[in-house]
Amino acid sequence: MAELDINDAVLTTRLDAVVNWGRKNSLWPMPFGVACCAIEFMSMMSSKYDLSRFGAEAMRFSPRQSDMMLILGTITNKMAPVLRTIYAQMAEPKWVISVGVCASSGGMYRTYATLQGVDRIIPVDVYVPGCPPRPESIIYGVMKLQEQIEKESLSMRKDHIARFYESLERQDALQAAKGLTSQQTIREMLMDAGERGVGTIF
Amino acid sequence: MIIEHIDAQLPGTITDRHDFRGDQTVVITRENLLAVVDLLHREGFQFLVDITAVDWPEREQRFDVVYHWLNLASQERLRVKVPVADGESVASLAGLFKTANWFEREVFDLFGIRFEGHPDLRRLLTWGDFQGHALRKDFPLDGGDVFCMEGCTAPYNNGERS
Repeated sequence: MAELDINDAVLTTRLDAVVNWGRKNSLWPMPFGVACCAIEFMSMMSSKYDLSRFGAEAMRFSPRQSDMMLILGTITNKMAPVLRTIYAQMAEPKWVISVGVCASSGGMYRTYATLQGVDRIIPVDVYVPGCPPRPESIIYGVMKLQEQIEKESLSMRKDHIARFYESLERQDALQAAKGLTSQQTIREMLMDAGERGVGTIF
Repeated sequence: MIIEHIDAQLPGTITDRHDFRGDQTVVITRENLLAVVDLLHREGFQFLVDITAVDWPEREQRFDVVYHWLNLASQERLRVKVPVADGESVASLAGLFKTANWFEREVFDLFGIRFEGHPDLRRLLTWGDFQGHALRKDFPLDGGDVFCMEGCTAPYNNGERS
C-alpha cells in the first residue's frame, strides 16, 4: 500500500545515470587560452552563440573551481609542464576538450618547439578540429562531451584520472633523481614512451 | 658614406661590402668588432636595432653574427656581419648597449655562439637543459622527436638525425 501512496513522487534509476545527468548539465569550463582558438571561445561564451544554453556558462579562470578544461591553442614544449600542473589542480571529476589542430596534433607547427598533441601529456576526451574551429564546432564538441559523460561509469572516470596522478608522481621522481628542468623531464618521458611504442606518458 | 669612413679610419677591417639603395652592409673581422662599434657610436650609429645570426653549414667560418644599426640623426642604417667559426666566440656588446644582453642570449641559445664578456650568458628561449641549438641547420626540425616519422629531419645532414 505504501508504494501506491508515493507513486509518482519516486523515480527509480541507476546511480551512474543520475549522477552523470547532473555532471553533464553543470560543466564548469576553464579556458586554457594560448592562441587564436581562445578568440573563438570568447565568441562561443558570449550572447550570439551562448554556451549557457548547454549548462556550462559558469566560466572560471581558476582550475580549482572548474571541471572542464578547454585547451585553446598551440601548446609549446615549454608550456607542457604548466598544462600538466593546471590539469592536476582541477576539481574532480574533470574532462578535457582539445580545441583546434594545434592542441590536438601540433597542427602546422611540426617543430622542436611545439608539443605534437596535448593527448601525449594529459588525457583528452574530445578533439575539435579546425584552425581555428568556429564557435558552433566548439559547442558541438561540448555536446559530444555531454553524450560521453552520459554513458561513462563513475569508477572508470576515477581510474582514468588516477592514472594521470600516477604519471605526475613518476615525473616528480624523475625530475628529482636526474636534476632536470620540468620541460626536459617531460621530454625524456615522451622519448621513453616513444621508444616503447606508447603514445602517451600517463 | 659611413662604409668609406670606416675603411679610412680602420684600414683592413672591412673584408666585404655591399651597398645598394641604402641597404649598406659590411663584413668585418671578428677581432675588430669593438673598434668598429666604437667608431660607429661616435659617428651617430647609436641605436642597436637587432643582433641575430645565420648558419652556413658548408662554409669554413660557419656562422655570420649580424648586427643592425640605425643612425637616429641621419636615419641611415648599417648592417655589420661578423663571420665566426664553430667554437669561436665574439666580443659581447652587453656592456655598451643594454639591448645587446638579451639579443646575445638568444643567439647563444639558438646557435651556440658564445659572447666573450657577457654578464649572464644563459639560454633565453628554450629551457636550461635543452639539448643542442635549435636554429643550426643540422638540428632536426622536429627536435629529434621519436613520434615524428620521415620528412622531419635536418636538410643539411643527408636526411639523418644528428
